[in-house]
Amino acid sequence: MIDVLRQSYYVAWGDMMFMKHNFWNILVMSLMSPILYLIAFGYGLRTGSTELGLSYVAFVIPGIVALSSLNTSFSATSTRMNVQRLYYKSFDEMMLCPLSLHAIVLGKSALGMVRGLLACGLLYALGLFLAPELQVTPLFVVSVVMNCAVFSFLGVAAALIAKSHQSMATFNSLVILPMTFLCGTFFSISSLPGVFQALLYCLPLTHASECIRAAALPDYYGFPWLCMLAMAAFMVAFYVLDWWLLKTRRI
Amino acid sequence: MCDQMNGDVIEIHDLVKRFDDKVAVDHLDLNVRRGEIFGFLGPNGAGKTTTVRCISTLTDFDEGTISISGHDVRRDQMAAKNCMGVIQQQISLDKDLTIRENMISHAMYHMIRRDERDARIAELSDYFGLGEYLDKPVDSLSGGWKKRAAIICAMLHDPEVLFLDEPTTGLDINARRLLWDIVRSLQKRGTTVFLTTHYIEEAEALCDRVGIIDHGRLIALDVPRVLCDSVGSITVEYLEDGKTTYRHFKNRQDAQEFASRLETDSDIRIRRTSLEDVFVELTGRSAEVLG
Ligand SMILES: Nc1ncnc2c1ncn2[C@@H]1O[C@H](COP(=O)(O)OP(=O)(O)OP(=O)(O)O)[C@@H](O)[C@H]1O
Ligand SMILES: [Mg+2]
Repeated sequence: MIDVLRQSYYVAWGDMMFMKHNFWNILVMSLMSPILYLIAFGYGLRTGSTELGLSYVAFVIPGIVALSSLNTSFSATSTRMNVQRLYYKSFDEMMLCPLSLHAIVLGKSALGMVRGLLACGLLYALGLFLAPELQVTPLFVVSVVMNCAVFSFLGVAAALIAKSHQSMATFNSLVILPMTFLCGTFFSISSLPGVFQALLYCLPLTHASECIRAAALPDYYGFPWLCMLAMAAFMVAFYVLDWWLLKTRRI
Repeated sequence: MCDQMNGDVIEIHDLVKRFDDKVAVDHLDLNVRRGEIFGFLGPNGAGKTTTVRCISTLTDFDEGTISISGHDVRRDQMAAKNCMGVIQQQISLDKDLTIRENMISHAMYHMIRRDERDARIAELSDYFGLGEYLDKPVDSLSGGWKKRAAIICAMLHDPEVLFLDEPTTGLDINARRLLWDIVRSLQKRGTTVFLTTHYIEEAEALCDRVGIIDHGRLIALDVPRVLCDSVGSITVEYLEDGKTTYRHFKNRQDAQEFASRLETDSDIRIRRTSLEDVFVELTGRSAEVLG
């Protein structure tokens, strides 16, 4: 176990150096789109308060936290790994070394985790300032960390499956983009017809945004433990998928 | 870390690798002896890289067994990985990092202790004359220097066997000669070298033994000189109907006799058979057999 963690650190080390070299660039990049969403949806389309007497800005900020943890974690992990695997070939170089597959999965998802948490942290700091209803609770932190993990693991799987940069882009616009808009990030999905609700509950981000919103606004929502369980299930499933893809060398 | 025994370091038995219905490696049997420089020759698409990738566990194979220093690459993967270093056909450095960071990453993957790692990086980059480039980004180096950096990465954990997949493709003459020297000095350090190439003169200059592979099949395996003798140690080269033609003979007398009977006004050359002749002869023959 200790060995696996140490190896994960070794696997992640190069990616951390990459982050160090590009720190400011990464910081600006990961804040750009959530801030645009915040301006466009929080202020531009300002719709007053929700049925619970909550301002829309306070409602939407946890949603934007959820979607930016998805976006940042997924794209940070998948883009970097995709480049390492298909263009630099340095991924092969790593596979030549005596590393445990668990360490490779954990280490390779570390960049997405770190970047996701960084982006969410900064965004939420801004959010606390804009909407006084929001709170920082332990469940909020756990939910965000879990969501970053879910989508970092998914990013690893996507990078292992992708045969080209193009297939990565396709996956992005068919799976990731719809999720960012539909999964209860900008509106409450309880207002949708039952069929759509059922469909959306099949996607991990729906559960994440419910958890994150409830944990950020404990005075307005009860915490949806079932959603957290679903998130945990997605996390384990994607982790196992990564491990299996590496194990069976379908790469 | 690796067993010190004599005899064969790489043992490949009946290796088959298919891509869909294409057979890339076809029942390959091959042993490489400890301490030798082994040359693996073959035309484009013959299956050289695929063989190296199978041995180095990057690709799984369909049939057969491979072991490195007695460790089966499937059952005993970690031990086998510890015994080998691989320099891939393409440059495989992480271009977002510096040369030194690439090396440190590699050392970490092999769990080399920090002080040992720093000493080894210093020693090897000194030896390869790479010292001043260590903290430069990968892309600021030319191809030859990147290759040297890749070689250092593969050697950091002091592997018993080093695989070089077409190490000199794209290098200039000087870099190529330097690489040859490096390979020779590796052998002196006791490393076994498995080298794939389609530069025949490279194999002739360096290798103790060569194997020739074509369409995934091993069609010859021996000391270069013996291979030359097997097709005929003397070659007559002449022009016939505008096409250069080669004939091989057991000895110079037969060759001269043949040359004197030739009715051609162009130049006739009588020379020792080179490995290149063997290669053309054998791969040509196997192309005929396989249609
Ligand atoms: N990933 C792959 N998918 C499908 N076919 C492949 C794959 N890799 C190699 N092949 C096929 O296997 C055969 C052997 O390829 P390989 O790369 O081993 O040749 P090579 O001897 O290294 O050639 P070269 O001298 O050009 O490097 C080729 O016909 C190639 O098309
Ligand atoms: Mg090749």
